[in-house]
Amino acid sequence: MATSVGTSKFEVAAVRNDFPILNQPLPNGQTLVYLDTGASAQKPLCVIEKLTEVLTHYYSNTHRGIHTLGDLVTTEVEGARETVREFIGAPVVEEIIFTGGTTASINAVAYGWARKFLKPGDEVLLNVMEHHANFVPWQQAAIATGATLRFIPLTSDGQLDLTQLDTVLTDRTKFVAVTGMSNVLGTINPIRELAAKAHAKGALILVDGAQSVPHGPVNVRDLGIDFLVFSGHKIYGPSGIGILWGKSKLLEAMDPFQFGGNMIREVFLESSTWADLPGKFEAGTMPIAEAVGLGAAIQYIQQFDPQAVHAHEMELTAKAFQLLQEIPGVTIYGPGLEHRGSIVSFTVEGVHPHDLADLFNNRGVAIRAGHHCTMPLHEHLNQPATARASFGMYNTLEEVDALAEAILYAKKVFRR
Amino acid sequence: MTEDIYQEHILEHFESPYHKGHLAHPTCCHRDKNPLCGDVIELQLKIDASDCVSEAYFDGKGCAISQAAASILCEQIEGKPVAELKDMQAQQMLDLLHVPLTASRQKCGLLAFKVLKTLVYAHETDEPQV
Repeated sequence: MATSVGTSKFEVAAVRNDFPILNQPLPNGQTLVYLDTGASAQKPLCVIEKLTEVLTHYYSNTHRGIHTLGDLVTTEVEGARETVREFIGAPVVEEIIFTGGTTASINAVAYGWARKFLKPGDEVLLNVMEHHANFVPWQQAAIATGATLRFIPLTSDGQLDLTQLDTVLTDRTKFVAVTGMSNVLGTINPIRELAAKAHAKGALILVDGAQSVPHGPVNVRDLGIDFLVFSGHKIYGPSGIGILWGKSKLLEAMDPFQFGGNMIREVFLESSTWADLPGKFEAGTMPIAEAVGLGAAIQYIQQFDPQAVHAHEMELTAKAFQLLQEIPGVTIYGPGLEHRGSIVSFTVEGVHPHDLADLFNNRGVAIRAGHHCTMPLHEHLNQPATARASFGMYNTLEEVDALAEAILYAKKVFRR
Repeated sequence: MTEDIYQEHILEHFESPYHKGHLAHPTCCHRDKNPLCGDVIELQLKIDASDCVSEAYFDGKGCAISQAAASILCEQIEGKPVAELKDMQAQQMLDLLHVPLTASRQKCGLLAFKVLKTLVYAHETDEPQV
């Protein structure tokens, strides 16, 4: 399926053909309009077939069996690791850690780095647009170590207010955790600039790439960051697998977060020593087929020109902006198109987002409603919940029309 | 079709709720949230000397289902003995709504009921201990 990088012409109809779930009716017979890729992306056939291939032909445990299957599956898993390395521009493959997902990756750093190195008086810099996964682990690490949380304020249109950065990024700042792209506002954050400023203060920076990595090429060296985390399932790969990338010297200085098999070098009665990277952070049996499937997912998206994919997703976003702004009572949250990715969160006056999602579902339109694991952000927005449409590479302009029509329908049901 | 769940009586209760507000001197009150969609319901009860709910008020914000369910519940429980409300089952609450809720929307429909259960189980009765 995958050809060499960026060589396939991007045509949405052809892309849709690669996703079986988009080419069959919903169990109730309706046509699916899937606008919830920000929660989890659908899977192309090549990923599904790769999972089947692993489980059918060479499944066994990795790095252990001295037998044919063990060799085959280890080769596949390590091939996937190399695919990830190349995809994010990491210098060496040992820095690519397979985890259970973005949340597990962040916790590995919050436990392994923050709890080891933070001291009372140190500061961790966050902001309220962060997903709970990139918020609560730091909050709890601060409580455990006596460090202090500081917050980059947001502008009224939902961007990080960099004019306030000098106030909150200080000589006491030891760590900056920031999302590459807000899962609610869609805001694309200026990571390169934040990384340079963090490093100028001697702080490290972790980027939550759960939303940003699926929508554009990320190069960790270009960005100048210290840690990148993301999930397989949002990048058209399997769930239960994610990536922690960190600079070797940082990963080596960190303590492991989980202890057990595979992560040890030697175990004595009273003490143990740790395996070299990446094994030190891969305790227990990893999600084997999922790791291989993630490699297949990355190879799938790599066949397309990332600029063409981005242009398509932003065309969808621009159309959603235009159509939603024309509907009275609709409020869109977050910045203008030039500062956002393909996520549009909104409310409709008089109709709770949960009711919107339910009514949309009558028309086969799948969106997310709720606080999207960002309670501090919704507190900031003074909204208990929002409705969110998020677009993937397989969405069409007609599906954006269906979104707008679903809003009009919901308004009608609620007599608005 | 879940359009069925936005039937006239649900929208009526959502738009013109029964006893939405506050009691001046409630016997007890409790508030809970449905973190799934951010619904909040606070229930205030006046319980008389015979351990019956004489007045029930709610306040809250959230989706139509959660708010309508609170309104319907307040209407239903006035005059009922606390002991009877302790025995009330979740299915009875869902039946009161007269609309089919999916598993995820049942959390909305049962929020007020959950708050009521907390209240009635915390209520000290003057019944002699046997």
